[in-house]
Amino acid sequence: MAEVADKQATANPEAADVDGRPIIELVDVYKRFGDLHVLRGINVRLNKGETTVIIGESGAGKSVVLKHIVGLLDPEKGEVRYRGQVIGGMKRRALTELRTHFGYLFQMSALFDSLTVEENLAFPLVEHRKLAEARIKEIVAQKLSMVGLDGIQSKKPADLSGGQRKRVALARAIALDPEVILYDEPTTGLDPPRADVINELIIKLKQETGATSIVVTHDMASANKVADRILMLLEGRFIFDGTPAELTGTDDERVRDFVQGRASREDMMSLQRKG
Amino acid sequence: MSFLATVGYKSIHATESFGRFWTFAWTTLRFLGPGLFRYKTWRLVMPNFYEVGNRTLPVVLITGMFVGLVLAIQSYDQLAAAGFEQRMGILVNMTLVQELGPVLAGVMLAGRVGGALTAELGTMNVTEQLDALRAMGSDPIRHLVVPRFLACLLLTPLLTVFADLAGCLSGFFVAVELKNVPSEPYWYFTKDALERWDLMVGFIKSVAFGGAIGMIACYKGFHCRHGASGVGRACTESFVASFIAILAIDFFLATFLQGVYKALYGFKSLVM
Repeated sequence: MAEVADKQATANPEAADVDGRPIIELVDVYKRFGDLHVLRGINVRLNKGETTVIIGESGAGKSVVLKHIVGLLDPEKGEVRYRGQVIGGMKRRALTELRTHFGYLFQMSALFDSLTVEENLAFPLVEHRKLAEARIKEIVAQKLSMVGLDGIQSKKPADLSGGQRKRVALARAIALDPEVILYDEPTTGLDPPRADVINELIIKLKQETGATSIVVTHDMASANKVADRILMLLEGRFIFDGTPAELTGTDDERVRDFVQGRASREDMMSLQRKG
Repeated sequence: MSFLATVGYKSIHATESFGRFWTFAWTTLRFLGPGLFRYKTWRLVMPNFYEVGNRTLPVVLITGMFVGLVLAIQSYDQLAAAGFEQRMGILVNMTLVQELGPVLAGVMLAGRVGGALTAELGTMNVTEQLDALRAMGSDPIRHLVVPRFLACLLLTPLLTVFADLAGCLSGFFVAVELKNVPSEPYWYFTKDALERWDLMVGFIKSVAFGGAIGMIACYKGFHCRHGASGVGRACTESFVASFIAILAIDFFLATFLQGVYKALYGFKSLVM
């Protein structure tokens, strides 16, 4: 564990921000819901321009980490920092301003059902930028083009396929040209070719926008393809921090079981006892 | 879990929910003031006006009409036996304007609009649309609750007026057309008994009902549990809570306003 903590503190120092700080930092973050302890003191420093993938079992708390980063959840203990600013407990106006630096792709896309694709994409622009309607339309068309969906502005989310909805949600997430893009299970529920389209988009957006990306997934093909760095969350703590190549060669049995999609020894014993 | 522990747990849970509701209501009211002067707020209110007003109007008219018919039918025999049939308008119209008009318009609104609002916001909650709003730096209470609350607050009195009108006209139809009560004394006694104060009582009640329905429906949608069953349960809870709130507010307002009337004008007899 100490080895992981040391690694977190020093991972890719050359990719840190100009003033030497990581763009996002979680310091000893604890979170529980009732009696369920989800995060048990996680420490991580995320560097500018990197794509960090957080892997872990369903219910491990991966999405909870993302929600802390954007201030949707406050930690019980510990701090989440963006460019050195502590996010938890921020005033509403400051938090609103801070959130314009983030784009968030939700697991279920979270497009507004009652609005058209164009209105969905225009929403953050209307809320935060004083732009003429023609300029907003132009940006919407540009963002849709970036995700490979031209000419669907007038459609409603219900008229789109699952893959298209994810891409529209991604276009909305980048509408304000955020510095950090958070992806919550971006390939879940998609067939392999469509999932790969999303992977390619994550890579393309990183290259075109230079944004820092944080991807939460349990899809190992996706993780290996898009990641510069992989973190594995288990029982409320990061038990692995390294590159995709280091993940493949790890000796940690818990990590290997997860990567290879094998049931753990405890799970197998429990099944045999019940059998 | 022991009985005592269950009671304790439920009490804590109820107190927490009560506190959460009032925090939610306070946040909505804080956004409401500045929101009234924002073009964006009114642009968002318009579709809700249509949903709350236009689409509820038919059911409110039908309810008002039948209540007026039943009131007139039920009261005629008793009043005629006492020789008071010409004063039937007082009973029918006063009951409608002060009591049944606002209460029934409120109940109809709670059933038709309150449930729909809870379902809509609850679905947005479980599909992460509320979180998406927050993550985009927009407050869901300002963006979703304030317009819906305003629509309920402003249109419930208007719907009540329609319920009153439908009830009064149908009561008049029963009295004059079916029971042959002369039209002139029917309206004369009504006009004599029904004061501006009575209309105001109906108006105040309907505003309070509209506000309570809007607030409860939005709160339940925002705090529903996950999954389809969570949304369904929230809709039921929303209607039950709104219905109870309407009856409780009705009682307290009736008591309070009656006290105010007596202090200002003294006791008013309707049979003298």
